[in-house]
Amino acid sequence: MDDVIKVKLIPIYILSRKYYVPEGSTIITAMEYAGFKLKKGVGCREGFCGACASIYRLPNDYKLHGGLGCQTVVQEDMQIVQIPYVPAPKAIYDLEELEPDPNIFLKYYPETYRCLSCNTCTKVCPQDLQVMDYVQAAIRGDIERVAELSFDCLSCGLCAARCPAEITQFNVALLGRRIYGKYLSKKGKFVEKRLKEIEEGKYEEGYKELMTLSKEDLKKRYFERDLNFEIT
Amino acid sequence: MGYPEYMFDSLKKVEESRPKRVELAKKGLQNFLKPMSAEEREKILSNYHPDYSSDARKPIRVGPNKGENLTSEVVDILQSHTRLPRNFSLDTVDYEADVLVIGGGGAGCQAALWAMKNGASVIISTKLRLGDANSMMSQGGMQAAINPGDSPLIHYLDAIGGGHFDNKPELVKALTNEAPYIVKFLEDIGVIWDKLPDGNPQTDSGGGASRRRMLCCKDYTGAEIMRVLRDEVRNHPEEIKVLEYLPAIELIKDEEGKIAGAILFNMETGEYAIVKAKVVVMATGGFGRLHIKGFQTTNHYGATMDGVVMAYRAGGKLLYMDSVQYHPTGSIYPKQILGFLVTEKIRSFGGQPLNKDGELFVFPLEPRDVESAAFIKECAEGRGIITPDGHTGIWLDSPIIEILRGPGTLEKSFPAMVRQYRRFGIDITKEPMLVYPTLHYQNGGVEIDEWTHTNLPNLLFAGECSGGVHGRNRLMGNSVLDYNVFGRRAGIEAARLAKETEIKGKLNIDHIWKYEEELKNEGIETDLISPILLPEYRNIELLRKHNKDFDPFLPAGL
Repeated sequence: MDDVIKVKLIPIYILSRKYYVPEGSTIITAMEYAGFKLKKGVGCREGFCGACASIYRLPNDYKLHGGLGCQTVVQEDMQIVQIPYVPAPKAIYDLEELEPDPNIFLKYYPETYRCLSCNTCTKVCPQDLQVMDYVQAAIRGDIERVAELSFDCLSCGLCAARCPAEITQFNVALLGRRIYGKYLSKKGKFVEKRLKEIEEGKYEEGYKELMTLSKEDLKKRYFERDLNFEIT
Repeated sequence: MGYPEYMFDSLKKVEESRPKRVELAKKGLQNFLKPMSAEEREKILSNYHPDYSSDARKPIRVGPNKGENLTSEVVDILQSHTRLPRNFSLDTVDYEADVLVIGGGGAGCQAALWAMKNGASVIISTKLRLGDANSMMSQGGMQAAINPGDSPLIHYLDAIGGGHFDNKPELVKALTNEAPYIVKFLEDIGVIWDKLPDGNPQTDSGGGASRRRMLCCKDYTGAEIMRVLRDEVRNHPEEIKVLEYLPAIELIKDEEGKIAGAILFNMETGEYAIVKAKVVVMATGGFGRLHIKGFQTTNHYGATMDGVVMAYRAGGKLLYMDSVQYHPTGSIYPKQILGFLVTEKIRSFGGQPLNKDGELFVFPLEPRDVESAAFIKECAEGRGIITPDGHTGIWLDSPIIEILRGPGTLEKSFPAMVRQYRRFGIDITKEPMLVYPTLHYQNGGVEIDEWTHTNLPNLLFAGECSGGVHGRNRLMGNSVLDYNVFGRRAGIEAARLAKETEIKGKLNIDHIWKYEEELKNEGIETDLISPILLPEYRNIELLRKHNKDFDPFLPAGL
């Protein structure tokens, strides 16, 4: 199928060497086409894991760009280097003992407060997140805002690699989100109620019955079950 | 970018049929377009599901399942040689722990955490980085019967019916009965579930589920759970040692035949490392990167069935390795995202599959195998849309969600999908997606019981590499649940077993040489080495042309 279409090759530079690769390739598929067997700097290949952070320059452009290798289409004369991972300090904590205290980031990631508001992190983020804004929210102790603004973070590390204040933004955000999930998000009653029913053995009889039904009876029960898409 | 001009006619038909489809959806689609009966399901599966094609399966000639029909590509990978040299020595042990967890995805992290909580020292070996796994990529959600109108028993019935009644009942009981606990456990370690204003988790429907039971974290459900589990593992560096970029390639036994560790392999340097452990938990995930029947896959780069290979050589019994899950909605356009997952949650929220004439041709939330077969049929009968690269697919109408659930719903509940398509020039709030079934999940694996034991002493299996939980077809949202429930159970059981285990006598890998002997006796000749560790995507032809010394076999995984 693919081979009936004439593929146009364009030049790119991988670790400074020139290769010709099919137009429309991503950085990852271009490197593979060029003969690299990738053992680092590649993961899910669908933009969810952050393993393929890459930096690149384009001709006649002063800017150093960042992107995910699996999501960035190569351009003519692009100069590419991969950043398989960014060494980053990670605070050790026991979530059970933490409190949703506005000073939590000061305690575990004090360097957060070195933020220069230069916005480099936001500009390099391949997810287009407002990284600097969540760092500022962390400084203000607004945990909910940190969680909200950082939710789509993939921990690719490009922000931390470029930050002149040496902040590890993605780990700051992760701490904020975990505190939000455990302590600050609103809790309903449904889960607790169901857990209590299970604990009291409310479903044991039903399981026993279902598990001993013949395949035919089980089939009948299944195809006769009602569909109900209301919540209650 | 956007869609090429020749598709505009078809796109127009999608728009024209939309108001009518909105009307039906508002009245409840199931009242107009009934889900298939048992007979209809059977018919469409046997005619159109790839598992039923004549070359899909073949008998395996060696090992514990000898004579049984398995998926052909699985047979090839199993009937292959070890990576180890014949004179390999186990004299120097490099690492020792109570429990060795092989695989750093969701099941592996759960197992490590619970083994640790129960007093065991733990090593995690992982091929790439911790958390580089299919777990990270799941988008749509996790099933748990938490709503008042639902019950674990209805969840049980849905799961076992979706699996064609082949699931092991005690596994489905554990899966469904512990789901609400997992919801709570994950929230307690900081997972942020999408919530309703009253604080209860938001729930939606899913293929083959008769109630709203799908909990989610936008469409980053897997990523949210995985990064929290990973962070929790990293909070215990003393108790859990993580070995990244160091995959296991073979299991080790003691003189009594108990599993007693594994051999790891540094893909960069070619060095081996020997781990001695009282119990091994296998959590290596699935086989999407084998590209069965040439299908594209939604799977992680490392999904190459390693755990099944290692265990099979050691005598591990397989269950349902004749069955492959194709996710109905893999992207087929633009080409940069070929095969990528489009979450089933799109259909949970009201998204509809349409043919080139804009017609809704199947109930959108059939179990995955049935839905996929219906898509394949539609395309085979000429009602699909052909892409410039020659792939055929059907429309998945996403803009309808903005009408049914309010403007901004896609941006809010599907940020990953909106972003994915926007990067390549398509706005899914205004235009539909083009999709076709894509290789998604390994339904079977090494058979387990409800505490994740296999037939091999001191070898536990959890998550996608295990067999029995989902029968021959898994429902949406039950894999995230599976790795949490059974990863946890494996950890608890591993710690318990470790306490009563003593490794007896010398470590050995005699089973590997016995298996090689069996291959030889059966006259099986192959150059293939497994586990393959990483798929081959290089341009081999080009390498051959430019470099006559290029060796195509050496680099398999190297």
